[in-house]
Amino acid sequence: MLIKRPGDIAPSEITPRTLFDQRRDFLRQSGAGLIAGAALWAGLPSGARAASLGALSKSAFSTMEEMTPRKDVTSYNNFYEFGTDKADPAERAGVMKTRPWTVRIEGLVNKPRTFDIDEILRMAPLEERIYRLRCVEAWSMVIPWVGFPLSALLKQVDPQGSAKYVQFISHYDPKIMSRLPVLDWPYREGLRLDEAMHPLTLLTVGLYGETLPNQNGAPVRIVVPWKYGFKSAKSIVTIRLLEKQPETSWNMAGPEEYGFYSNVNPEVDHPRWSQARERRIGEFRKRPTLPFNGYADQVASLYSSMDLKRQF
Amino acid sequence: MTRTKSAIHTPSAAQISAMKVVLFLACLIPAALLAWGAYADTLGANPIEAITRGSGEWTLRFLLITLAVTPLRRLSGLHWVLRFRRMLGLYAFAYGCAHLLTYVWLDQFFDLGAIALDILKRPFITVGFAAFVLMTPLAITSNAYMIKRLGGRKWQSLHRSVYAIAIMGVVHFWWLVKKDLTWPIIYAVILAVLLGMRAWWRNQERERQLQGAYLRPPGPGRIIKIIAK
Repeated sequence: MLIKRPGDIAPSEITPRTLFDQRRDFLRQSGAGLIAGAALWAGLPSGARAASLGALSKSAFSTMEEMTPRKDVTSYNNFYEFGTDKADPAERAGVMKTRPWTVRIEGLVNKPRTFDIDEILRMAPLEERIYRLRCVEAWSMVIPWVGFPLSALLKQVDPQGSAKYVQFISHYDPKIMSRLPVLDWPYREGLRLDEAMHPLTLLTVGLYGETLPNQNGAPVRIVVPWKYGFKSAKSIVTIRLLEKQPETSWNMAGPEEYGFYSNVNPEVDHPRWSQARERRIGEFRKRPTLPFNGYADQVASLYSSMDLKRQF
Repeated sequence: MTRTKSAIHTPSAAQISAMKVVLFLACLIPAALLAWGAYADTLGANPIEAITRGSGEWTLRFLLITLAVTPLRRLSGLHWVLRFRRMLGLYAFAYGCAHLLTYVWLDQFFDLGAIALDILKRPFITVGFAAFVLMTPLAITSNAYMIKRLGGRKWQSLHRSVYAIAIMGVVHFWWLVKKDLTWPIIYAVILAVLLGMRAWWRNQERERQLQGAYLRPPGPGRIIKIIAK
């Protein structure tokens, strides 16, 4: 089978050599040295650091709906490690270093391993997946993510038969991130193994054809389009396969408000607000929310034996 | 002697009027900024949420500013600040109206069924809506004619409901926040201080009454002794 592969050049190396050298020279020459350099680096809009991910294959899972402008996707974020205001992550996440970066896969697997981010980027053909994103706060976007099925990564470590759940642990650095006890850090999320292996579940490394901006969960995150946005953990450093259902940050913070499954469901309200409708960012009037965020045909069968009003 | 002292500091009627004009315009700034932001598209990806949020927070801020007038007057001795209280209270109501209108129009688009359900089912909306309903009679009676018609005592006891309204406003904010309670806590602390000062002063006043301070005629102290015996 002929599968078009993206180039083997790591996105981190795409910065032209001359420009790279010029930056180094500038740093060396600048009197304040490293401090000024750090300030400059942090002050750069993250968009300026985004690198193209090259040729991408299209996906049958992509929606034809109008995409949310990149500006909105990258400036209206929930990334509580960098503050609870929607504008905070775009302002503050720039200080997070996304290179070097590794993802450790451990737990009930036959071949536990630590993957370097550049290795992940070359692991499988990168696809563009235009998915709907439905936040638990009743707004939504349409985002062209870039990545490949999480199953491709999980197959490399050979999960054991006893593994039933997958836990995702996000990067946490109290030096640059919030120390407010809003959530129990590090951020943790989880899926059932069959959810994690589902072809819709995307190991995501980019959006709009480029590497992920930090505020969107650089350098690697999960995207689970039929669940509320908080299930899609950002900036992942550890993936752990488990026999028992793992603890997840929002569920620990409010078990009656944020269930482990958190499938998008217009019939199960958040205790404090309705989930029947949503505001698509950029639209004026609210639109009805679809069961499983419109992915019912693909995923409803995963839950055929469950009472989704109780196991929300 | 305090009379003459305060008389020096009391602005003239013309000065008060000028200050009122300045204050009136200043209170419009938050609304103008929100309107400009909506027009120039600088309110971020979700402008309707930003307007809802902004108008709601300014309602609460104006309630707290209004409640700060009496303590400010008492602590500073600047009795004339009382002259601005009505305007501040009416601004709280105006921002509250804008907040409700944003919700009814921009957020729910006049879906009265959904709105009714929200008010009944969502405690944070119930308490917010109740606060608005309670504010309405205060706004209607915020004029000289109504004070005269109701009589000072009745008017005052009606307007004491502003304490309950402010508490409901803070609760409304507290309950709607997803997780980060930083700002609701800040507002709650400010409100607690403002109400706490009133409770403290009231209590002191009561103690003075119990000690018979008001029975004491202005004459020599020995008469008191006779009464006490």
